[in-house]
Formats: sequence, C-alpha cells, structure tokens
Amino acid sequence: MVSGTILKSKIFNILLICAFFSLAAPFAKAATAEDSTKDPKERAKEAILEHIGDSHSWPVLGKTTIGLPVILYTDKGLEVFSSKKIEAEGSVYQGANYSYKLEGNKIKVVDAAGKVDEVTSKKVWDFSITRNVISLFMSCAILLLVFFGVSSAYRKGINKAPKGLQSFIEPLIVFVRDDVAIPNMGYKYARFMPLLLTIFFFILINNLLGIVPFFPGGYNLTGNIAVTGTLAVIILFVVNLNGNKYYWKHIFSPNPWWLFPIMIPVEIVSIFSKPIALMIRLFANMTAGHIVALSLISLIFIFGTLWIAPVSVAFVVFMDCIEVLIAFLQAYIFTLLSALFIGMAIMEHH
Amino acid sequence: MDLVTPNIGLVFWTTVCFAILIFILGKYAWKPILAAISEREKSIESALSMAEAAKEEMARLTSENEELLKQARAERDLILKEARKMKDQIVAEAKDSAQAEGARMIERARIEIDNQKAIAMADVKNQVATLSLEIAEKVLRKQFEDQKKQDALVADLLKEVKLK
Repeated sequence: MVSGTILKSKIFNILLICAFFSLAAPFAKAATAEDSTKDPKERAKEAILEHIGDSHSWPVLGKTTIGLPVILYTDKGLEVFSSKKIEAEGSVYQGANYSYKLEGNKIKVVDAAGKVDEVTSKKVWDFSITRNVISLFMSCAILLLVFFGVSSAYRKGINKAPKGLQSFIEPLIVFVRDDVAIPNMGYKYARFMPLLLTIFFFILINNLLGIVPFFPGGYNLTGNIAVTGTLAVIILFVVNLNGNKYYWKHIFSPNPWWLFPIMIPVEIVSIFSKPIALMIRLFANMTAGHIVALSLISLIFIFGTLWIAPVSVAFVVFMDCIEVLIAFLQAYIFTLLSALFIGMAIMEHH
Repeated sequence: MDLVTPNIGLVFWTTVCFAILIFILGKYAWKPILAAISEREKSIESALSMAEAAKEEMARLTSENEELLKQARAERDLILKEARKMKDQIVAEAKDSAQAEGARMIERARIEIDNQKAIAMADVKNQVATLSLEIAEKVLRKQFEDQKKQDALVADLLKEVKLK
C-alpha cells in the first residue's frame, strides 16, 4: 500500500513533467499527504470538479500557485488582499472589516470564535480575480492582439489578397456574415455584425484555449455557467430591446383571440427560455468535454497502473479532436441562434 | 450544485471584458475589416465584370473583323470580276476595231489598186493607141511610098464619090 502510494506520486510527477501541468495540477493537489488515503475514484472526482470549476489561486506548475487578488465588496466597504493569505487549509485572514477563510471555493466570513458566519457571508460580494477571470483577461488580450494585427493588415492593402493569420480569420468573418447574419437578419444585418463577430470569436477562442492543457489554456471558461449566462443575458437584452412592433404583437396578441390565456404565458416563457437554452447548451457541451477528457486521464489513477495510460492517451487524443470540432460548432451554434433570435425580433412581417 | 451556480464575480468580469471587447473590436477591428472585405469584394466583382466586358468586346471586335474581312474579300472578288470583264471587253473592242481597221485598209488598198489599175489601163490604152497609130502610119507610109498606088487609091476614091 505504501509502495503503491509512492508509485502513484511518481506517476503524478511524470504526468506533471509532461505538458499536462494545468490539467494535472488539480491531481497534484488532490494527492497531498492528508488525503492520499482517500479512494482514487473520489480523488479523481474532486480533481475533475476542481478543474472545471473556479479557484482563487492560479496553479502554475504542480503544487506551486500564484496568489491572485481577492476583491470583496462588503457592507462596510471594499477589501483587497492576496489569495495566498487564505490558501492554506483552514487559514483565516483578518481583514479590515471581517475575518475571512476559504471554504471549498467560497470565501466565508468567520467570527471571533473561528466559526463561519453565514448571515454576514451573504452580504459579502466576491469580485475576486479568480483563475477563470485571469483566463478571461488572457483570452481578451489574445483577441485584441489577433484582431488588431488582422485589421492593420487590412488597412495596409485593401485590395491585396489576404495572407497569414488574415487568411485564416477572413473566411470565418465572411462565414459569420454570409451564412449566419444575412440569412437570419436580412438587410439589417450590418448593425449586429460587431456583436455576432465578438460573440463568435470570444466563444471560439475560449473553447479552443480550454482544450490546450497548459498556459495560456487549461481553463474551463466557456464551460462556466456565469460566463455563458452573461452572454445569454446580453442576447436577451439585444433581442428584446431591438424587438419591433410585429415581435411584441406576436407575443401579446396571438391569433385567434381565445388563445390569449394560453399563448401569452407561453410566449413570455419563450422570451426567457431562448437565452436559457443558449446558456445551458454552451455550458453543458464544454463542461462535458472537459469531464470526459479528465475522466479518461483519471482512469490511470483509478486503475493504479501505467499500462492503462496508452489507452487513456489514445482516447484523450480522440476526444480532443472531437473537442476542436465542438469548439467551432458551439461557437457557430451560439452565434447562429443569436442571429436567429435577433432576426425574429426585427423581422418586418410574417 | 456549485457547478451551476453563477459566481457574481465572474459575471461582473465577463460583462466588463465583453463590453470592452465589443467596443474596442467594433471600433478598431470589425468596422475596418468588414469595410475592407466588402470593398475588396466589390473590386473583385467589378474586375470580373470588366474582364467579362473586355471578353465580349474582344469577341465583338473579332466578329467585326471577320465581317470586315469577308466584305473586303467580297469586294476584291467583285473588283477582280469587273476587271476581268473590262479586260475582256477591251480585248474584244480592240479586236473589233482592229478588224474594222483592217477591213477598211483592205478596202482602201483595193480601191487604190483599182484606181492604179484603171490608170495603168488607160496608160496602156493610150500607148497601144499611139503605138497602133504609129504602126498604122508606118504601114500606111510604107504602102503609099509608091506614087502609082496613091494615084490608084485616089482614083478608087474618086470613083466611089459620085457627084450629086
């Protein structure tokens, strides 16, 4: 049993040295001394959930983490400190307003006796720069870099053939315009192009970065309900703020009149169900992909043998190929449905 | 259920980032890129239509050239035909006039010959007459050299003449 544990920690090290550090970082954490006695299945589950969730610290390599700023908005004022201070299990940080400790992934207020004060904890709003927020910043930076480069290439020569990155990006832009925007929104498409393109490339870059297991990827940003929910709410607002009289008439005065009691609630539910479907679809697809890939890797630890590794790796490579397809597909579907919903709201007649 | 509970911090940062992204990209990336793409599409389209027009123009010119060539050929044939006709005509005319001239000359020559012949005949007649007279004179002279014969003849003649 002891030698088995040593072997396992060796495997952990090998895996860490392999390029999988970000993916594997949760495993390293799960393999710390105090819980090495746990069932490997439980540990794999914890590790997977930790990866697809969010965290206040940024794993760089193995157990090494970088502290991230914790920003708390409390009823007594703003509070900023490093996550290093509450990283260790059970450590309490004495802030200006309250004392804080990390419980699971949540920052809780503790009272003088060291017990969690749930009532006060509810008043604390956590705006921390978490691991996912860092990856969000990185993906935005990448998008800005890429598109500034591409747009300057266009400014240099308007009538030149595209080259380099430009020739990869241009078909995507033309695709969004010709196959997503114009068929669904008609001649009014131009106003919504910036939104659609930003959504498409934002989802695409984050999906793709999610597949890359090491820096700057290895996060599960588009598989986070907060991110997909925010995008869905943006679509909800855009659709309903641009809805014309036909759109509202369709909702509030269905034909024939005696359908009013049934149709009006149904239509109102449908206003919200469309963005909710968008939110769930992207979240579930990306999270599921990450869970499957990580579960396949976890098989090595669950079986406790290296011989399963080739099988796991083969399946993970296969899954990653599918994930690349899904990354494009989900970005496309989200954009397409957004365009469709906007198109339905701005359509001139039925 | 941690997984499906949205975290307010991430919602906030996503909203901020997305807003910044849509603003900056909209202004500095999408607008110029879309404008450039549609600009290029337009220029490609116009270039294509121009090429098409040039091709049509070319075809038109070729057919026009062919038409012209055909016309020129026809004209040449016509001219050649006319020339040949004219040549034939000229040759025929020349032949006719030569024939007429020849005939005229022959006629004139014949008249001349006739004239000359008449003159010669007259001349011959004169000479024959002169010669005959001379011969007759000489014969008569010979015959009447003898005086008696002259007397005999006078006597004869006097016998014939009867006084009335």
